[in-house]
Amino acid sequence: MRQLNLAMHEFRFAQKVFWRNPASVFFTALLPVLFLLIFATIFGNDRIEELDGVKVTTYYIPAIVTLAVISATTVNLAMNVTIAREEGLLKRGRGTPLPPWVFIAGRVGNAIVISTIMLIVVTLIGRLLYDAPIPWSRLPAVAVTLVIGASAFCCLGLAMTVIIPSREAASAITNAITLPLYFLSGIFIPENEIPDGVLSFANHFPVRDFFEAFFTAYSPKTVGSGFEWGDLLLVAVWGLAGLVVALRWFRWTPRS
Amino acid sequence: MSEPVISIRGLRKSYDELEAVKGIDLEIFPEEIFAVLGPNGAGKTTTVEILEGYRSRDGGEVSVLGVDPARPTAAWRERIGIVLQGTTLEPALTVRESLQQYAGYYRDPRDVDEVITLVGLEEQAGTRARKLSGGQQRRLDVGIALVGDPDLLFLDEPTTGFDPSARRQAWEMVAGLRDLGKTVLLTTHYMEEAQVLADRVAIISSGRIVALDTPDNLGDRRRQPSSITFTVPAGTDLTGLAGTGQTLSHSDAGPEGRKVEIGTHEAVTDLNRITGWAIERGIDLEQLEVRRPSLEDVYLELTDA
Repeated sequence: MRQLNLAMHEFRFAQKVFWRNPASVFFTALLPVLFLLIFATIFGNDRIEELDGVKVTTYYIPAIVTLAVISATTVNLAMNVTIAREEGLLKRGRGTPLPPWVFIAGRVGNAIVISTIMLIVVTLIGRLLYDAPIPWSRLPAVAVTLVIGASAFCCLGLAMTVIIPSREAASAITNAITLPLYFLSGIFIPENEIPDGVLSFANHFPVRDFFEAFFTAYSPKTVGSGFEWGDLLLVAVWGLAGLVVALRWFRWTPRS
Repeated sequence: MSEPVISIRGLRKSYDELEAVKGIDLEIFPEEIFAVLGPNGAGKTTTVEILEGYRSRDGGEVSVLGVDPARPTAAWRERIGIVLQGTTLEPALTVRESLQQYAGYYRDPRDVDEVITLVGLEEQAGTRARKLSGGQQRRLDVGIALVGDPDLLFLDEPTTGFDPSARRQAWEMVAGLRDLGKTVLLTTHYMEEAQVLADRVAIISSGRIVALDTPDNLGDRRRQPSSITFTVPAGTDLTGLAGTGQTLSHSDAGPEGRKVEIGTHEAVTDLNRITGWAIERGIDLEQLEVRRPSLEDVYLELTDA
């Protein structure tokens, strides 16, 4: 019980710090929305024949939700936990009675809450500006995809801190990994424009599978409850691999 | 004497080829402010980080508040406060919020406002850490270490990089910890800091303790000769001073005069003889000065590598 209260305590401060950091707010909260507006403007209201004639804007809602969740989890944790490590904050935290897992839980909890807020915001913008339907009947699939995906991508973010040597390198390494995957996985460019070979390559990585799970849950053409268990399994396996790496090699003390 | 708060016997630590700590023995007692003084790279931080539970050791026995810091427990962490070398603050949180965050980690924390007063940040309580001056940030660092109401406080180079006035303020604050009954272990490479703050000082050099005593007695300062210096007109006959002090040297400082330096263990008696000699001959003793060896002299001599 006390440990749960501590986790809540830590979560509240993680929230404060997040919303007061202009870079976090811009890259995590504003940039995905900006991308949605830009892509919707450029690619208009065409329909994608290859995807049962779904509208381009409807396609972009789950794509941008995927992007926003990965920004709030992997990118956010990889950057901010690395910076906290290099500034000595993790080391200082270890010098207190606070259980180490609580320290991480506060930040992971923050990332998952931000992910949820962004999912709701992007979905509402889609509904209000582009008439993209809210998938009421498939909400359980949306929620399960969010929880599995956000958890897995948090683990991957913590794993990335293992390979990031300094605060200066944090942004470069994080972007070098995520940006190409966004392009290859059909987040930025509709997937009918991407060669099949590229897509099947991207299928090995969790960004593509996470997006496919969201797409099925969001698409009005989906028949049934919208769960993509195969994709979610692959995302979860990646997340577990990240967790193993983080548990084994996570560092609490500055590297540089 | 009561049980030591910190007890170290034969502590050793190496990094690859480098032997950073080469066998340190030390006992620190309750309510003592103890300074570990030494140049950069002497092994100060390594030693302190072993005591704080951050680093493993290669040899020796260590007990901090009755616990081996190689196996730290949460209950033990409740009783120690740590200020790391270099400021570690969350820049986006205010002074009060930072203290509230850390206070939440302890079962029985000090009142946050009381800590704000202790470290003298009342006016900055609502200011975010990034906006504080370097000295204020360091005081917040100390406040965070105090908020759990620890019995033992580690301060690793608390004033490095400070301007003289910020350093004075920090010293006043640390001196105030004495009234709280805390045991303090501080490291520093400023001799003056050790002299002003510490009850006892260990001088550490190349991984060994080379001197351990009160600041006044350090390096046998009491038993080392004081020096009496003065200047007399050029060509003054000094034979009348023969036998004064243990050593007597003089140099000709040009037309202004002859500089005399006398090393003595009986400064008062010898000073009396010298002034008597001068009055008798009507000689003016310009720039008369009596000086004990400073801690700096001792330090430089002991750490001379």
